[in-house]
Formats: sequence, C-alpha cells, structure tokens
Amino acid sequence: MASNTNFEKYKSDGTLQGNLLEWFDARFPATSMWRGHLSEYYAPKNFNFWYFFGSLAMLVLVIQILTGIFLVMHYKPDASLNANGIPVAFASVEYIMRDVPWGWLIRYMHSTGASAFFVVVYLHMFRGMLYGSYRQPRELVWIFGTLIFLCLMAEAFMGYLLPWGQMSFWGAQVIVNLFSAIPLIGEPLSIWIRGDFVVGDATLNRFFAFHVIAVPLVLLGLVAAHILALHEVGSNNPDGVEIKKRKDVHGNPLDGIPFHPYYSVKDIVGVVVFLMVFSIIVFFAPEGGGYFLEYNNFLPADPLKTPAHIAPVWYFTPYYSLLRAMVWPLFGIDAKFWGVVAMGAGVVILAFLPWLDRSPVKSIRYRGPIFKTLLTLFVISFFLLGFLGTQPPSYAFFGVIPSAPVAQVLSAYYFLYFLTMPWWSRIDKYKPEPDRVTM
Amino acid sequence: MKKLLTALLFAPAVALAAGAAVHLDKAPDVQNDKAALQSGARTFVNYCLNCHGASFVRYNRLTELGLTEHQVKENLMFTADKIGETMRVAARPEEQKVWFGAAPPDLSLVARARASADGSGADWLYTYLRSFYVDEKRPTGWNNTLFANVGMPHVLWQLQGQQVLNKEHKLELAVPGALSPAEYDKVVGDLVGFMVWLAEPDAGFRKRVGFGVLAFLVVLFGFAYAMKKQFWKDIK
Repeated sequence: MASNTNFEKYKSDGTLQGNLLEWFDARFPATSMWRGHLSEYYAPKNFNFWYFFGSLAMLVLVIQILTGIFLVMHYKPDASLNANGIPVAFASVEYIMRDVPWGWLIRYMHSTGASAFFVVVYLHMFRGMLYGSYRQPRELVWIFGTLIFLCLMAEAFMGYLLPWGQMSFWGAQVIVNLFSAIPLIGEPLSIWIRGDFVVGDATLNRFFAFHVIAVPLVLLGLVAAHILALHEVGSNNPDGVEIKKRKDVHGNPLDGIPFHPYYSVKDIVGVVVFLMVFSIIVFFAPEGGGYFLEYNNFLPADPLKTPAHIAPVWYFTPYYSLLRAMVWPLFGIDAKFWGVVAMGAGVVILAFLPWLDRSPVKSIRYRGPIFKTLLTLFVISFFLLGFLGTQPPSYAFFGVIPSAPVAQVLSAYYFLYFLTMPWWSRIDKYKPEPDRVTM
Repeated sequence: MKKLLTALLFAPAVALAAGAAVHLDKAPDVQNDKAALQSGARTFVNYCLNCHGASFVRYNRLTELGLTEHQVKENLMFTADKIGETMRVAARPEEQKVWFGAAPPDLSLVARARASADGSGADWLYTYLRSFYVDEKRPTGWNNTLFANVGMPHVLWQLQGQQVLNKEHKLELAVPGALSPAEYDKVVGDLVGFMVWLAEPDAGFRKRVGFGVLAFLVVLFGFAYAMKKQFWKDIK
C-alpha cells in the first residue's frame, strides 16, 4: 500500500492501445503510481468532516497557480508613475479588473484564494491537533506541513505587495523594518532585503520574482514531500488508531478502503460545497468586508502618506499579535527584535508538537478533560489574538479594558500551551482506545 | 502662499488623526436606475473631472449606462478625442501639484477606498458632499464636518447654497442655492451612485454570473452527492 511497493507492470491485451500502455508502463511507473497512491492506497474508512481540508488545500493551490499564471500575463511589477501620476503596478491591476476580459474574475479568484488557502490550512492543521495526526509515525508529515505553512506565509506576504496599494506598501515597510532590529546585522540586512533604503521598485521586482517563481517551486516540492510521507505511513483517522494493525488475508487493512474511488468521490462533494462558499465570496463579496481586500489598498502606494492604522491581512493577525506583545528590550536589544523572535517561534514551535505531546492516545475522542479544556482555551485565545491583530494597540474592549495586556496574556498562553504540554499531556485522564475504528 | 500649501498638504493627515467613529448618512442605492446613473455621470463630468481624473475608466464604458457612443461623445466627453480613451483630468498632475500643493486624487476607485467600519464608501461620499460649510479661516473659504480642513473647495455650492455651522455645531443652510435641499440630495445621491459604478463597472455583471455559477454548483452537488452515496452504500 505504500508508494514504493512494486506493483505488476501493465500487460497488453494485444490491442494497439494496450501495446502503447505496456510500452509506456515498462518505462514509467504509471501503474504503480496510480495503484500506490490512488486505487490501492488504503485510507481509514471513518474520515469525517475535518478530513476534507487536505484535498481542499490542494484544490486552492491549483486555483492559485492557474489564476496566477493568467494574472502575470497582464500584471506589471513597476513602481514608477504613469502619465496620470499612478504607479504602473497599481494601474496594471485595475487594467486587469476593467479591461482584460474576465480579468476581474481571475483577480478575485486569486485574492479570495489567498484567504481561502489560510482558512483551509488552519482547519487542516487544527484537525491534526484534534486527532493527534502529528504523532509517531507521522512526525515528518507534520514537519513538512509546518514548512508548507511557513512557505505559504512568505508567499502571501510577498504577493500582498504586488498590487502596490497603500496597505501593500506600508505593510511591507513595517515587516521589513522589523529585521533592522536584529543586533549588528539588522540595518544592512533590511536594506539587503529591500534592495533600497525604503520599499521601492527593487523590492517590488524581487518580491514578484519570489512570489511567482521561487516560493511556489519550494511549495510544490514540499507538498509532494508531504503527500509522499503521508502515503508511506498511511493516514491517521478520528479514532487515532492504526488501521495497519488489523489486516485481511490479502494484507490490506480491515478498516481501510481504497482512496480511489471512495475518497475521490467523497472529496468531490467537499469540493463542490467549498466552491459554493468560494463563489459566494468571489461573486457577491470579493472584499470580504475589508478583510480579504483591505479598503485602504484601493489607494495607490504613497511613500509620503503613512496610513493612521496599518493592519496585516487577517491570516497574519494572530502572529502579528504575538509580535506586538513583546514590548520589553531584553538584554539591551530592541523590543522589536524580540517581537520578531516571538512571531517566528510561534510558527516554529508547531514543528515540535510530535515530541511535546506525551499522551498515550492520539485522538481527542479518548483524551481527558485537561486536553479538552486547554485546547478550547487555545482556540479561543488564537481567535482573540487574531482579532486584536486587526485593531490598533490602543484598542480597549467595551471601551474600558485595555487590549495590550490582554494580548500579552494570550500570547503567553499560546506558548505555555505548547511548552507545558509534556507535563499536562501525561497527567491527564484517558479512555481506552478501541481496537478497530468506529464509524 | 506657503501656509496654504502646508495646510493643504497636511489636511488628510489631520483628518485621519481625528478619525474617531463618525456618523455617515446612508447613500441611496441607484445601481439599477440607469437615469440616475446618467445624471450622476453628467454631474461628475461637469464638476469633478475638471480637477480629478478617473483614469482607469474608458469613455466607451459609459455606454453601459444606456447611452449611445454618440451621446457620450456629444455630452460627456470633454477631455479626450477618442471614445476608447480614459477619463483623464484636463489638468496635468504636475501642474496641479503646483496649484493645490497636492494633486487631487484619481476618483476611479474612491467609492471602494473610502469604505470603512463606519459605512460604505458610498455613504462616506454622500455624507462628505453634503457636509461643506463656509469657513473664513480656510484658504478656500470652505470647510467640511466629515473631512476637517479639507483641501477641496465646495464645488457644488451653487447647487446646494451655503451652509454654516450654528451654535450647536450643526450644519445650517444660510444661503439657499439653485436647488432645494431634497433636489440637492438627489443630485449628490446620483453622483455617488455613478462613482460606485465607476469603482467597479463589472459589479452588476459579476453578480449575475454569480447566480449562474451557484445554480450550476447546486445541480452539480446533487450529482456528486448521489455518486458518493452510490459508491459508499456498502461501506459500514
């Protein structure tokens, strides 16, 4: 069932078509890939709602690449001003929106796709936390996944500069400036990243190169590694029990069913439902209430006019809150530097989850009250951090409770949840796992 | 002169700094009213386009408001020779920078850029264009309750008349204009409606396509779900 199993080569039935297939299969692992990854890749039969988001992430990746190719045909990464005094890059996006046939659809699909990508990836990651999908033997699957998440953040950040609106410009300015807080090398490093003393044409062009070539290549490689590693060890399931432990006379898992056709037809249902939600946003609310396309980004970038409030797009805001929570210049180094460290650590710590979790069972179904309580609090605090990241630091709940200390407490909880996990995951109560999966 | 330039330059910054929660009047929705959009286009071309461009919009798009190319050329096209050209401002941005201190912004997207948590961009524009008052302290003689110390003078004052701030800091019509308040609100409503259209001329078409796409997906869901049920009927 794993990808490296040697399946029998295709034998021709004597027809021309059969002969061609035999010739092809003798020179390329077509049959073995089809069977190893699809028609004889055995997946647990009890996948639930949460298991749609992996294939949906693949779908969104394809949407982003296809729409991206068409956008590049008309987009111009050029910060110089046109005859009307408007940056060429900004004007080229509006050209796509107005003068390119169906350009508005391609662009809205790409901008909505960016947000959709993070929605499905966050839900996909949360599924892993619910059912312990990161646990042995799937540590590498999880690590490849966190690298994908990291790449996705880089991809989204650099892509956001390209429309060259006010938020594009100032968002990039703020984030690149953060690197200047690193001791000794900070200042030259931030200039090296920008290619200029401020975000400018050089920055726009290199971000464009990274956004359309470098990062997507790495991303595709990591996705391939993520899936190959998954198919090597087999999928986890909502019960968190290994289906490979119980096999039939042919050596196939009793609780497993071939991915194709069972999960291919099931995922098509998920795809259609996803496309409905996606279409409602693309066709009826492409701005997503200012969360998917920020209103300020309909103004061309103006290096002389700083917006009163610079907020990142919603999918970065939980991590932006971690960054802002660090206000202490520890060891004589600028607080900004520790903010960057906190934000980076917030992502990197996810990769250690397989070793932080010491629970004897994988799935939430058999885990105790400590896990359930702390995970619920984690979700609430993650949402709150995300909300606060969209607000200025001066924001106060109900106009009276200052949000800055709240964000600091929530940030501390974010890290403590992971760092104390080796302890609380061991002392929690557990229910016995079943031998077989339950439907 | 220097003072005037400084004031104009920092006007937006001051306005942003003062930007607490503001009350915006609800703009009427005229997107399905071709006559209103045409009237808005007329006001836009006659009053706005002298200083502001709409440089992403081609004149021939105005035919989508129910006008013929001939009508557009005769009545609305003052800053271009060919119908396929964009609605550029008559003045050049460099010149305007010298005249006003800052070039008046392009208005193609203003209805989208002015949206906020307080209300839609249309609401903002509708309120803004009805909130000018006489202020002798300002270089232009005009100020605005929504956009404090705004650089733009009240271009529509002959239509609205002159408002002043009364003792309660409320707007009050001191000198009536050519239009009654209700007529003026209608003119501004139409103008704002046109600017909403201008910000995304394909918005109406986009929604119509959306209904078609969703209808298709609903049917596809039926087939996809039936197929899944069929394949899975033996899995227990």
